[in-house]
Amino acid sequence: MKLQTATRLGLYATLELARDPAQTLSSADLAERFGVSTHHLAKVLRTLSTAGLVQAERGASGGYRFTGNRRRITLMDIVALFEPAPGNRAKEPGEDTEIGGALQRVLTEIDEIAEATLRSVSLETMLKHPM
Amino acid sequence: MVAVRLAQATDIPAISALDARLTGTSKPDYWRERLAPGLHFLVAETGKGAFAGFIAGEVRAWEFGQPPAGWVFAIQIDPRLRLKGAGSALFDALVARFKAEGVTRVRTLVDRKDHLILSFFRAQGMVAGPSLQLDKELS
Repeated sequence: MKLQTATRLGLYATLELARDPAQTLSSADLAERFGVSTHHLAKVLRTLSTAGLVQAERGASGGYRFTGNRRRITLMDIVALFEPAPGNRAKEPGEDTEIGGALQRVLTEIDEIAEATLRSVSLETMLKHPM
Repeated sequence: MVAVRLAQATDIPAISALDARLTGTSKPDYWRERLAPGLHFLVAETGKGAFAGFIAGEVRAWEFGQPPAGWVFAIQIDPRLRLKGAGSALFDALVARFKAEGVTRVRTLVDRKDHLILSFFRAQGMVAGPSLQLDKELS
């Protein structure tokens, strides 16, 4: 399964911060840890902050800390912030044909399995059993 | 504190009632059959002795070509007593019994839209297995 870069960064940042909710990490700290662009990560952190998953702390030791519930929040909750919802996608050309419809049913089946998997893994589970 | 013990015939009304409440289907005969020797059928009780839930499983060999494994067929916890460790205690007790039978894998099948039970099994460390379930409506 291919995730957009922002989604992957959102998962990295949330999981890293959720590992220890008492810790505060700057976007530069997180960017260095995962070898990604600070600019891109800063945008992702703003989205996570708006969603209430992390909170920005001001001051010399400022940065972000995790403020969500590790047992309640699932990977899907984070993916849904960055990826279009499966039911909200635009209709593709040819989808109304017999072959297009049959292909779409297979793709929907794959989407449903992916969503069930992402929805079943809480941050707590992910951090406790790194698979 | 949760205690786990073997299910007995006198537990069937409580097991069947909880299952019927959660699934909408009453099947006491099915649950009575799960008391047969060789099957694993356990119940959990709270510290005050109240019925909290049950788990049923069995070691099956060569089903769908798979080597022996412990299968979890059902687990139900009273919604008022969830998040108190009864589900995990039942799962751990069943897994211990499977290990005592010499198997090294535990399996189950879950409705992919039932996120609650999917999350529970994930939290026990279970991941997607090697099989994919397929089905077809027969008209």
